[in-house]
Amino acid sequence: METGAARARKNDAKPAKLGREVQARLGQQLRSMYDDVVSQGVPDRFADLLSQLDNKDNKDRQ
Amino acid sequence: MDDAVRQQILDAIPSLRAFAISLCGNVDRADDLVQETMVRAIANIDSFQPGTNMPAWLFTILRNHFRSEYRKRRREVEDADGHYADTLKSQPEQQGHIEFGEFREALSQLPTDQREALILVGASGFSYEEAAQICGCAIGTIKSRVNRARNRLAELLHVRDGDDFGPDEQTRAVLASGE
Repeated sequence: METGAARARKNDAKPAKLGREVQARLGQQLRSMYDDVVSQGVPDRFADLLSQLDNKDNKDRQ
Repeated sequence: MDDAVRQQILDAIPSLRAFAISLCGNVDRADDLVQETMVRAIANIDSFQPGTNMPAWLFTILRNHFRSEYRKRRREVEDADGHYADTLKSQPEQQGHIEFGEFREALSQLPTDQREALILVGASGFSYEEAAQICGCAIGTIKSRVNRARNRLAELLHVRDGDDFGPDEQTRAVLASGE
C-alpha cells in the first residue's frame, strides 16, 4: 500500500515520461506555430529566385 | 534543371521556411537561410538523386548551413551563454506571430540539437530515421533528443505530467490526493 508521503515523493519527482495530454498539447502548439508559416505559401522572393537560379543553371549547362 | 525537380524544390519552400523560422526564431534570418539553401541546392543539384527524398535533402542543406552559421556567430560574440535567447527577446516584432511568443521563447531556450530534433519529428513530419539522416546522427540519439526537448519544454512552460496547462500546485495536490 502506498503511503501519502510516498505518493508525495512520487509527485515531486521529475517526470521521466510526460503524460500523453501534455505531449499532445506541446505537439499541437509546435505544429500550429509551424503550420502558420507553411500556410503562407511561397513568397514571391523565392519563386523569383528559383527562376533566376534555374535560368542560370540552364545557361551554364549549354 | 528538370521540371519535376524544380517543382519539388518549389513545393518544399513553405516547410523549409517554417523549419528555418522555428530553428532560429527570426523571420529575416530564416529567409536568408532559405535563400542560401536554394543557392547551394541548385549549385549542387547533380548530387541529388532523382526519386529520393527532396525535402530531406533540402532540410539537410539548411540545417548544416544553420549549424555552421551558428558556430560562427558564437565565436563572434564573447558571451555564448544566453546571447541567442537575448537576441530573440529583443526582436519580438520580427518573430512574426506574437501569439506564439511564449512557446517560441521556450523553444529558443532548448539546446540547438534538441530543438532541431523536436521540430523535424514533431512538426515537419519526418520519421526518426529521416531526422537522423538530416542531423547526421543515430536514430536513438534523435529519440533521446526529442524526449529531452519535450521534457524541457514542459518545464519551461510549467506543464507537468497529470495537468493540462492549468492547475496550480494546490489544485494538483488536491487532485493527487483524491486518487
